[in-house]
Amino acid sequence: MIQVRELTKLYGKKQVVENVSVDIQRGQITSFIGPNGAGKSTLLSMVSRLLDADTGEVLIDSTNTKKLKSNEFSKRVSILKQSNFMNVRLTIRELVSFGRFPYSKGRLNEEDEKMVDQAIDYMDLKELENSYMDELSGGQRQRAFIAMVIAQDTDYVLLDEPLNNLDMKHSVQIMKILRRLVDELGKTVIIVLHDINFASVYSDRIVALKNGRVVKDGPTEEIIQSAALKEIYDMDIPIQQMDNCRICVYFNS
Amino acid sequence: MRDLHKMLILVGLALAACGVYLFQDLNGSFDYALPRRGVKVFAMVLTGVAIAYATVVFQTITHNRILTPSIMGLDSLYMMLQTLLIFFLGSDHITIMNKQVNFVLSIAAMIVFALLFYHLLFRKNNQPIYFLLLIGIICGTFFGSISTFLQVLIDPNEFQIVQDQMFASFNNVNSDLVWLSVIVIALLIVFAWRYNSSLDVLSLGRDTSINLGVDYDALVKKMLVLAAVLIAIATALVGPITFFGLIVANLSYQFFKSYKHSVIILGAAVISIVALVGGQWIVERVFTFNTTLSVIINFIGGVYFIYLLLKESRSN
Repeated sequence: MIQVRELTKLYGKKQVVENVSVDIQRGQITSFIGPNGAGKSTLLSMVSRLLDADTGEVLIDSTNTKKLKSNEFSKRVSILKQSNFMNVRLTIRELVSFGRFPYSKGRLNEEDEKMVDQAIDYMDLKELENSYMDELSGGQRQRAFIAMVIAQDTDYVLLDEPLNNLDMKHSVQIMKILRRLVDELGKTVIIVLHDINFASVYSDRIVALKNGRVVKDGPTEEIIQSAALKEIYDMDIPIQQMDNCRICVYFNS
Repeated sequence: MRDLHKMLILVGLALAACGVYLFQDLNGSFDYALPRRGVKVFAMVLTGVAIAYATVVFQTITHNRILTPSIMGLDSLYMMLQTLLIFFLGSDHITIMNKQVNFVLSIAAMIVFALLFYHLLFRKNNQPIYFLLLIGIICGTFFGSISTFLQVLIDPNEFQIVQDQMFASFNNVNSDLVWLSVIVIALLIVFAWRYNSSLDVLSLGRDTSINLGVDYDALVKKMLVLAAVLIAIATALVGPITFFGLIVANLSYQFFKSYKHSVIILGAAVISIVALVGGQWIVERVFTFNTTLSVIINFIGGVYFIYLLLKESRSN
């Protein structure tokens, strides 16, 4: 379980994240939703130690993250940001192999190679594994980065808007893979999402932020309600039940 | 192993260059000419390795392939120090006449400056590295302007001495200093070599490196200090030559097409040995000392730099 305790982050004098406390359960997909500037990405960056919090702490399985060495941390929690800059030309396989760095420090043994193979298979990239990253489409590149995170083999996987700039087909593909990570491999996935319907259909739990605070936190069925969404987005959003999915029809509200 | 083949070719070239330089027209002068040429070759190997290493590392931590560590302003500081010494103490003073004293003084000044500079900047945590580079440029320009100002005022005869220091030269390298530098640089490289795989990760950017468990800020600091010390030693030994690193680092990237720092650094080091020893041979045999090595390096380096800029702008 990840316990976020009273995290606050200031940019200058502006409080971007204000006194946020959240518990994230193991073996679930938890989505962070909310309007632009709500502090979702900042919160995720603080949980994953990319940003230092001004006050507050994060506990991972009851250990304070400040007490974990960077390398230990990277065996338990992985984070994928939305834009991934690279200064070098790598093939997919080379990139995915970097996921084993916390274990191998660059010298891959047989087990590392096996994990890399598995991660590549899992993301369905076997045929592309020797292609260079700059020759790929946005969706393929995103899948390659997710494969790297899978190779990292952490209990917790944090993703910051992984569906950005992806078409419908690739978005669905990636969300299905995340679902399988949770259901088949027992991972815990925390994801920042913009499309509320992806959050509704794929997540177990939703945390809604607004102006740097948690406004709603609960099981998906409780949050995907017109009243709750009104509070989060200031919009009247009707909800349609389709098969087992609750779909928010926000396009003309 | 394609990389291994390429490396062997380069090492062969480097050995050939050293061999030709050492033994051409030796005419059996093993006692006089050979030791003198040997010291020069040693100094070139040493400078080449130091600058190649510093530049590759510096480019990785700044995420920029067209920067050289000279942007930190160390060369300008060196020039200012030399000019100040000659201006205030005169060219016959011990700090100029005695190579050892000058060497120690220069290194001390550059390292103290670098450490002070980093200390001030890193005291506030997580300043972006570009901030540091900008301040480096400002300091460099400041030092450069002071040097130029004093050089205008100085006695013309004294200016000759300053001018000698302005260009890197291997013609009268002190052999004691070469041995001292060999030891220091060898120790530094032994210390730094294990960070190569972490540097590979650093190429993926800050966020990904932290995700993969690299202690980003600490590594960047260590590598900055390493680059500064290597540059300081090379500059104090032969003069300002940092621009050279840009050429060899990029040639190595082009030649090896690898992301592994162990390969790139080694490649850049061997390429710089070929270039320095070969260049010095051209200076001595073709131009018969009518020009200096750093003039040739700056000329070729400048052309290559323009090529890199054009290539970068086309790829965007």
